[in-house]
Amino acid sequence: MKKILYILIFLMAFNWGCNDDDFLDREPTNILLDEQVWSDEALIFSVISDLYFRIPEYQSVNYWQGYADFDEAFASNFGDYGRHKNNDWGYGEWGLWNYGYIRELNLFIQKAQSDLTSDLDPAVKARFIAEGRFLRANAYFELVKRMGGVPLILEPLEYDFSGDATYLQHPRAKEAEIYDFVLSELDAVKSDLPDDANIKSRATQGLVLAMKARVAIYAASIAKYGVNTPNVSLPGGEVGIAANLADGYYTQALSAAEELIKSGTYSLYNKKEDLSENFANIFIDKANNPEVIFVRDYVQSERFDGRANTWTLVNQPWSGAEDLEGGRTNPSLNLVQSFEMLDNSFATFQTTTEEGDYIFFNDPMDMFAGRDPRLAGTVILPGSKFKGKDLDIWAGYQLADGSVITGDEFGQRKVLPGSETPVQVVGFDGPIDGREYSAQSGFYVRKFMDTATGSGQRGLKSDRWWVRYRLAETYLVAAEAAFELGNSGKAADYMNDVRRRAGFTTDLTAADITFDRIAHERKVELAFEGHQLWDLKRWRLAHIVFNGEKVDLTDKPWKADEVSTRVFGLWPYKYYEPGSPNDGKWIFKQVLPGQVTGADRFRLGNYYSFINDDIRNNNPQIVKNPNQ
Amino acid sequence: MKKLKFIFTILVATAIFASCDWDNYDEPESFLKGTIVYNGEPINVSYNDVNFQLWEPGWELSYPIDVVIDQDGSYSALLFNGNYKLVFPDGQGPFRTIGADTLDITVNGDKNLDIEVEPYYMIRNAQFSATGGNVTATFQAEKIITDADARDIERVNLYVNKSQFVDFRTNIAKTEIGGGDIADANSISMSVAVPEITPTQNYVYARVGLKVTGREDMIFSPVQRIDL
Repeated sequence: MKKILYILIFLMAFNWGCNDDDFLDREPTNILLDEQVWSDEALIFSVISDLYFRIPEYQSVNYWQGYADFDEAFASNFGDYGRHKNNDWGYGEWGLWNYGYIRELNLFIQKAQSDLTSDLDPAVKARFIAEGRFLRANAYFELVKRMGGVPLILEPLEYDFSGDATYLQHPRAKEAEIYDFVLSELDAVKSDLPDDANIKSRATQGLVLAMKARVAIYAASIAKYGVNTPNVSLPGGEVGIAANLADGYYTQALSAAEELIKSGTYSLYNKKEDLSENFANIFIDKANNPEVIFVRDYVQSERFDGRANTWTLVNQPWSGAEDLEGGRTNPSLNLVQSFEMLDNSFATFQTTTEEGDYIFFNDPMDMFAGRDPRLAGTVILPGSKFKGKDLDIWAGYQLADGSVITGDEFGQRKVLPGSETPVQVVGFDGPIDGREYSAQSGFYVRKFMDTATGSGQRGLKSDRWWVRYRLAETYLVAAEAAFELGNSGKAADYMNDVRRRAGFTTDLTAADITFDRIAHERKVELAFEGHQLWDLKRWRLAHIVFNGEKVDLTDKPWKADEVSTRVFGLWPYKYYEPGSPNDGKWIFKQVLPGQVTGADRFRLGNYYSFINDDIRNNNPQIVKNPNQ
Repeated sequence: MKKLKFIFTILVATAIFASCDWDNYDEPESFLKGTIVYNGEPINVSYNDVNFQLWEPGWELSYPIDVVIDQDGSYSALLFNGNYKLVFPDGQGPFRTIGADTLDITVNGDKNLDIEVEPYYMIRNAQFSATGGNVTATFQAEKIITDADARDIERVNLYVNKSQFVDFRTNIAKTEIGGGDIADANSISMSVAVPEITPTQNYVYARVGLKVTGREDMIFSPVQRIDL
């Protein structure tokens, strides 16, 4: 009897239990469901924030080494000297194949467009969709810059587990098709985005125009200058754009750039009296900055996970460093001598007279007098200040008999001849050859450096932003496009706008505008902003500038196609000759840092990065890039 | 106890050493060697620049074996026995392949294989001499490909170096003649002053190179030692 009772209770328990759907159907506590995410504006915002966070970069404030890969800077860091010892770049370098990111963007767009978001305000919904499409267009732009034409995937692909995945394999689109896609997407999303110059880290109408100008000028110059490298093309058009399309792209670039410039939403930054400080401030002034269009923003954080800006920490001058590191990015003399004189002429640095005697300076800054104020806004020069502290960049004492007294420790003290008390014989910022964090090229970097106290501490770091788009670049795109379309007068006007802000008082005339002038203006205005590689690629000049030959520093810094395979430095010395009028004055010497043993060589196969064998094994329809 | 420990150690050691022999794969042991030639004459190129790829078909995933050609046109690869397809990637070398772009080769033990290709130009009769600290080279540039594929000379260079690696990257002296400035391709003469060498060395190595338009890799004459 008892037994039957037990069985009955048991059965009843089972039956009721099964009936209780609610009991088993629990809401997960560790993930958010689609319905939860897509009905809440704040949650969708955090999804799109993550997608903004993952925009691919190459050279940026959190990858300082990227600048040392070419000729803008020397890498003053033990682990990175190899960047100056190598002779060529691997074919895979700066490659990208981030279809995981593209898939998430496609999913984002699909879900934002679906009924899941029907409760949102239509304008909010449209903005999210537009941002998703903007990010996807940007992702394809990043891909096409590096790889050429890539498979254009606009839907999230699903595998059906049939054992045959061939239907998921897509061939590469033509390079021009990707550029056209990006341009048309930008047109399509523009009206759904806000037109507000105060929004810096999300897509705006101004950003769409600035990006359109940049994308179109890339496509245009590949079409125009691709004829110089007929080998860098594929028969299917995956790499290379037909020359007859150049004018169309230049026209698009010019009209997008002009629309942005004439809209007046943004203006060139002009807040400070001191022109160098004004230029440096563009990159660190986060309050009502009228020039900056699109940034990657940062906060101060003790963590090293990409939320804080490490640029100031890793590049701060050693003499005033707030932590036990700094001084890594040393701008090269190659870059420094490119800054022209204020009378629009070019000059290299003269360290000796024609007879071979040293030229003496009362102050190291005198060497750089009369140059483009952007120089001191981009580079920390010997004899200048940073964060209110004097820099201490000098390599030693030059004696009259030709010998040099210097040290291999920061600020080392030694006894000079004819004296008994030891004195400091080398600066607290170096330069000391082979000593990391010292200014081994004679310069430290100024651009993007945060002047706030604490920004050089590991526990805080900097909250300044990485500027991806700013109006001055758009001006230069307009100038380049106008010049290529035969309108040098208009090109001169746009160039002069940028140059007047920089501090030039004599305008360039239409006759002054050449390709070299425009390339040069981009080089000095946009140094350390991650443009150099892409510019040299699109102009098909990279294999000429980096030709692998060990040549001396050029004396023609105005020419775009001058060979520049090694980074040089310019070291100040104090002259020591008691009794002589020159005693205590400054001299300079041009040096090749001892770590620079290789000469950069950009091979034709570097123009478009290697698509690796795994990708091509998985999808045999992918054709290889040329010359690899 | 001590003895036991000793025996145990020996046993473990034996197991470790014995197992190496047992679970390792055989290493590749067949040499494929040869030279890139035109009518039996080696094609000299710059080091680490020209390569071809060997593909072994039949595997689910295929990865190439890159074989780099040395300065004197020779190459060698240590391979497993098997059938390979030899391919020159697009745009490689100062030459074009003859006939099909893929060469089927069977490796079964060591094998010598000279690969015939057709260069755009050949450098003939390169003569070097040293007088008064100058190195002078005379040579002929013979146009080999004359059909629709023919290419012009972009430039010829004379390179001098203190080691046997001589090309545009590693040299202590060089001189150049542009393609348009060559009066007679059958008698080109170039001369360059040799700078002082530290430590002192009374000999140098030299060779001349020729670049055709639209091709990245240069063709060279053999490296020659010259006593100063």
